[in-house]
Parts: sequence; C-alpha cells; structure tokens
Amino acid sequence: MRLSTFAAPSRFYALAGVLMPWLWAAAALLAAAGLWIGFFVAPTDATQGEAYRIIFIHVPAAWMSMLVYLAMAGWAAVGWMLNARMASMLARALAPTGALFTFIALWTGSFWGKPTWGTWWVWDARLTSELILLFLYLGFIALVEAIDDPRRGDKAGALLAIVGAVNVPIIYFSVRWWNTLHQGATVSLTSAPKMASTMLTAMLLMTFAFWAYAIAVAFSRSRAIVLEREAHADWVRGIAHGGRA
Amino acid sequence: MSWNSTSEFFSMGGYALYVWGAYGVTALLMAVEPLLAARRRRRALEQARIAADAEPRA
Repeated sequence: MRLSTFAAPSRFYALAGVLMPWLWAAAALLAAAGLWIGFFVAPTDATQGEAYRIIFIHVPAAWMSMLVYLAMAGWAAVGWMLNARMASMLARALAPTGALFTFIALWTGSFWGKPTWGTWWVWDARLTSELILLFLYLGFIALVEAIDDPRRGDKAGALLAIVGAVNVPIIYFSVRWWNTLHQGATVSLTSAPKMASTMLTAMLLMTFAFWAYAIAVAFSRSRAIVLEREAHADWVRGIAHGGRA
Repeated sequence: MSWNSTSEFFSMGGYALYVWGAYGVTALLMAVEPLLAARRRRRALEQARIAADAEPRA
C-alpha cells in the first residue's frame, strides 16, 4: 500500500478516524505535562515575575500559526498542481485552526505586553505581520466558502494561500529586520536557548501538545468536509446508513 | 515549587489578570473548536442520510 492510497477520500476518512483518538490522547498528556512543569517546576522569572508564564502558550501558538499556514499553503498547492481533491480538503480543514492559533498568539501576546511593555498593542513589525497572517487565514476561508463550485474554490484559495506565504518569513525575521518592541528569538536551531532548561522543556511540551491538537482537529474537520463533498458517493451512503442501524 | 498556598498560585505574583486572561481564553477556544468540528461532521452525516433516503434504492 502506497502513501498515495490515502489520497482517496474514503481511505483518508477511515485512516483519520483511527488516528484521531491517539492524537487527542497525545495532546492531552503533553499539555498536562507541559502545564505541570510550566506552573510547578519552572522557577519565577527574575525580571518579569510570574507574568512570563504566558510564554508556555504564547510561543507554541505563534509557532503553530506560521507552521499551519505553511502546511495549508503546501496542501493547497499540491491539490491544485496534482489535481488532488483530498489535499485541497486538508488545506480547507487547516485554515480555521491556523486562524485560531494566530488569534491565540495575538491575544496572549497582548496579555503579556500589557504588564511588561505597558501596552496591549503596538504597531510594530512583529505584531502587525502576525495580524496580517490572521487576515490571510480569514481571507482564505471567506474566499473558498464564497465560491459554489468546490474545485474552483480550491484553486482560488490555493492562489491566495501561496501568495500569502510570503508573509511567513516576514513574521519570523521581523524582529531581526526591523527595530521592534518584540524581543528576538529565544530559541533557535543555531544557538543555545536563552532560557532555563525547565522553562524550555515546558515550552517544547506545549508545542508538541499544540501540534497533536492541530493535526487531530484538522483531521476531524477534514472528515466533515469529505462527507459534505462526497455525500452522493456509495461509501458515504454506506456509513450514513450503518450509523443508523 | 514556587507556591506556598493555593491563593498564592492563583494570584500569580500580582499578574493574575494577565496570566489567567491569556490561559482562560486559550483553553476556552481550544475546547470549543474540536466540538464545532465534531458537530460539523455529525451534520454532514445526517445530510448524507437524508439525501440517501430521498432517492429510490437502485
């Protein structure tokens, strides 16, 4: 069995249904461990006091907001170029989750900015580009939902998602390219992390928890989209009647 | 552990509004989104059932 087998919506539907409980369990366990270490093991920050504990959801949400966007644009591109319906449905399924993480990143950032910077919001490069990311997600959702023909909607959405992907490196490097109020990267692949190891552990656990959550909820939503789109296929009728018995 | 009592934990060193305001909204949204996705699937299944029942069996 090849990977492309799961490009068939019926196969994907079944596989996602099998994987989802494990993903939910992983998300719950990782979040429980991350929150425990974040609140009960990680020490108080010397300069920010307890306010810094927002980092354990802020940074993972911000990372996910960018990662989910790249995944969404990638699947949308695959769906367009290879004429793969399932890939386009995955892109649609990821959009609301990406928008949610973007909103959470902005919201938690605001609640962190007020006690540390003295303001809920500032029009600096990092915050503004992240806000644009939220508008890109909302624009993608509005565009694909506004077009009645699903495959035409997929293609229009793919174009928007691919063009909008230029914003992701702008967000990521904004703290380096411009003078911003937002601090630089605390964790990078090329240098040692600038934080206590227990803090880093909590943040990474929360990141993996959010990751499992994002995949699980995207699977859940893509199963709904598959049923909506394939309502007249024999296999969906089989499931619909099997569910009643 | 940096907390000596439950009330000390909930006061978050004076940052209760900010810490719990951030965590509360995040928890609420991440609890609601999976429920909405699950409801959407149930409705799609219901629609498929209605559509299948409306057509004569082959």
